[in-house]
Amino acid sequence: MNEMTTTELGATTLPADGPLNLSRRGFLGAAAGALILGVNLPAGRARAQAAVPAIVPGTRVSAFLEIRPDSTVLFRSAFIEGGQGIFTAMAQIVGEELDVDPTHFVIECAPPGPDYLLTGGGRFTGGSMSVRMSYDAMRKLGASGRHMLLQAAATQLNVPISELTTEPGRVVHAASGQARPYGEIAEAAAALPVPTDVVLRKISDFRWIGKSVPRLDVRDKSTGKINYSIDQKVDGMLLAAVQHSPRLGGEPGALANEAEVKAMPGVHSIHRLPGAVAVLADSWWRARRAVETLQVTWSEPAAGTAHAMPADFSSEAHMEKLKAISEEGVAFETVGDAAAALGSAATVIEATYDAPYLVHGQLEPPSALVRWNEDGTLEMWIPNQAPDMFQGDAAKVAGIAPEKVIVHSQILGGFFGRHFLYPASNPYPQAILLSKAAGRPVKLIWSREEEFLRDTLRPMAAARFRAGLDASGLPVALSAVTIGEGPVGRLFGRQPDKVDGSTVEGIAGKVYAIPNRRVGQFHVDDPAMIGFWRSVGHSMNDFFYETFFDEMADAGKQDPFELRLSLLAESPRHRTLLQAVVDLSWGWKRGPFTADDGTVRARGIAMASPFATEVATIAEVSLRDGEIVVHDVWVAIDPGSIVNPAVIDSQVASAVALGLSSALLEQVVYVGGVPQARNYDGYPILPPERMPRVHVRIVESGAMPMGGIGEPGLPGVPPAVANAVAVLTGQRVRSLPMSKTVFKGLNG
Amino acid sequence: MELTINGSKHQVDIEADTPLLWVLRDELGMTGTKYGCGLAQCGACTVLVDGQATRSCVTPVESVAGTSIVTIEAIADDPVGQKVVEAWVSNQVPQCGYCQSGQVMAATALLKQSPQPTEEDIAGAMVNLCRCGTYNAIAAAVRQAAQA
Repeated sequence: MNEMTTTELGATTLPADGPLNLSRRGFLGAAAGALILGVNLPAGRARAQAAVPAIVPGTRVSAFLEIRPDSTVLFRSAFIEGGQGIFTAMAQIVGEELDVDPTHFVIECAPPGPDYLLTGGGRFTGGSMSVRMSYDAMRKLGASGRHMLLQAAATQLNVPISELTTEPGRVVHAASGQARPYGEIAEAAAALPVPTDVVLRKISDFRWIGKSVPRLDVRDKSTGKINYSIDQKVDGMLLAAVQHSPRLGGEPGALANEAEVKAMPGVHSIHRLPGAVAVLADSWWRARRAVETLQVTWSEPAAGTAHAMPADFSSEAHMEKLKAISEEGVAFETVGDAAAALGSAATVIEATYDAPYLVHGQLEPPSALVRWNEDGTLEMWIPNQAPDMFQGDAAKVAGIAPEKVIVHSQILGGFFGRHFLYPASNPYPQAILLSKAAGRPVKLIWSREEEFLRDTLRPMAAARFRAGLDASGLPVALSAVTIGEGPVGRLFGRQPDKVDGSTVEGIAGKVYAIPNRRVGQFHVDDPAMIGFWRSVGHSMNDFFYETFFDEMADAGKQDPFELRLSLLAESPRHRTLLQAVVDLSWGWKRGPFTADDGTVRARGIAMASPFATEVATIAEVSLRDGEIVVHDVWVAIDPGSIVNPAVIDSQVASAVALGLSSALLEQVVYVGGVPQARNYDGYPILPPERMPRVHVRIVESGAMPMGGIGEPGLPGVPPAVANAVAVLTGQRVRSLPMSKTVFKGLNG
Repeated sequence: MELTINGSKHQVDIEADTPLLWVLRDELGMTGTKYGCGLAQCGACTVLVDGQATRSCVTPVESVAGTSIVTIEAIADDPVGQKVVEAWVSNQVPQCGYCQSGQVMAATALLKQSPQPTEEDIAGAMVNLCRCGTYNAIAAAVRQAAQA
């Protein structure tokens, strides 16, 4: 753990009595019996506070913390829990400075509001950013709360604050043997101003940060007690199911059997929505059966409809189009003169790679529970990764002011990028309209089939590489062009003369010392709705690059591990990491070799630099009946510094599973403008029998800034597997998923 | 029709072919059992029917009248289920948690039938999907529960 920027002080050494640099704007009204405001901060109030220009996100103790009479802590997290362990991390970080055991925290997701804009001035849970963007602020927040409690205790005990210290959950006056549990002084503390300058605990004194604190929600998640969005209920609600236009942009026309469907059991009403029809009923099964019975005539999309899906769209044809493009595109990264160096190279190799569309496939289907209240507010219980953005969008749909939209952000049954604000891909706008029409609360659930139809996709892309090697087989030039469209440009606006970084990340920003490099991008509009998928551009670009790297090594007759090591001669952090993964796997052996069970195996290696974290990955594979078996995956990961090693192990294992699933199995295929798979039967995801052993080594280099954890374990997996497969079979996989390729080779 | 769920009798008035999953969730308010795919692909909806792991999303309710149905809501009342839960906690199995009700039920059914399962038994019984990839932790927890 490296030192952070804030001043440190020993845990038992307190600043001199009296105020630190106190600010009146930190002064807050207090709720009785609690360090802070009531549990349900109304959205209107939060929004009204936004008008006060002085609010600095992450500083107002009251917006985050409520110490309850029993000294447990209710904490409102700016970030949403979806399996990545962020609630536990927040309890560790805040608890460390507040001096409260993390297991005494109850965490909920904060409402929209200016206090929680901790992600670069905005608020979202994604980009593997939650801990690294809020770490300093949350430590200071906990320390501020602790200082307020110390001040309150000093007044009550009538002793100088300098004589006080804390133990977990209480203030202690050692000289007199007196103590005050936090819960008893929380109300008095809440009346005090929030200090703006606090001292932080010494890293060497950390008890919880950096430790494998058990996750707070594991027991409830093991006993079915967690309520996800899909499980929420309110009095008087109707259940809703929809049938979408098979192609985006189509609108419902005639309903041939409307009267018949209206008479089905439990049906309340039938509704036309933009691009969909809906049935409200007294149970979801009845609503679903009814809406799927509806015989709908869908219109052709009107001319000019944004992102209308063409009737002749074929993902295969689109991929052929991408791969046929020979343009150099707009340069994103240029080092030296790649064109000249390629011209004078002893050997030049070329290859074109591609990767398909993917769905998120999170196991919880999207849903939205919506209720219009008599006071004109709209309440929504929804899955989301960005509460303020959803609040703003819902307000537009509802035709009301944003402060009248109350967002209850739910724990996510998986997300992987699914629950950002995407046009036409979230159920809540439909639920708002249905609830308005029915005059009752509505819970809308998308069936898995409707989810597969309207999920945003990881875009497809192609990448074209050329490399030049010198006479000794070392790479002297590399030119790469990615072809397609990225989600950042799609969702936040693309400038034609600039490259959307999400299309080249993982090919640009590589750490190898190749003296002449050019990375470019050629934009082609993607006909599908595209979005963020765990590790975004890295999810495919690292496969493209790191697999081509092994092609360079092979062409130059270099060992791929040794070549990587030699090109990292000036980068000790990466050399250390590469050596760490080799050590973890008991030494580099590329193979093929015969394992103890008689199978012939090989290993592949890959590196990645996603989300400010560095990763090195090795995979060991064999073939069984022509199908790839991945036995072991070793991952060394260096995020600089860490909060919870057990959570990191879990997140890496999870990223390995998803990365392997994408490498081996997953692709969305469009024919005639419609996706061919509408459920897991047509879109297999990694099953338990194909899960490899996963071995993780965390390397804390102390590098700043701190890196992310949720996504970085993924990008190295597809290339490590592909590189191993190439050794084993002699077949170079350049197109994912690998299930498309028939492998012939050893034991095959 | 009458259903016996977690030892209690429930009268439900519903179309006979309604999947058990939606009777549990919508009629009886027992939302611990999850909807994932509706096609018996993922196993998030797994419950015990007369001790057998059963995918409730494709089980017509009429077919389970007269049986004993156990859901995740009663897992702590079952000695084997309790061992499984403790192993799940000890191994920190869940991530997003959405599939874990079904995983715990599948593990409980396995250990009721095979208290000392082989690796093949575990692989054969623990086939539910987990998009978070908690498979190794699940297998470790099943082994631990068998030892407990």
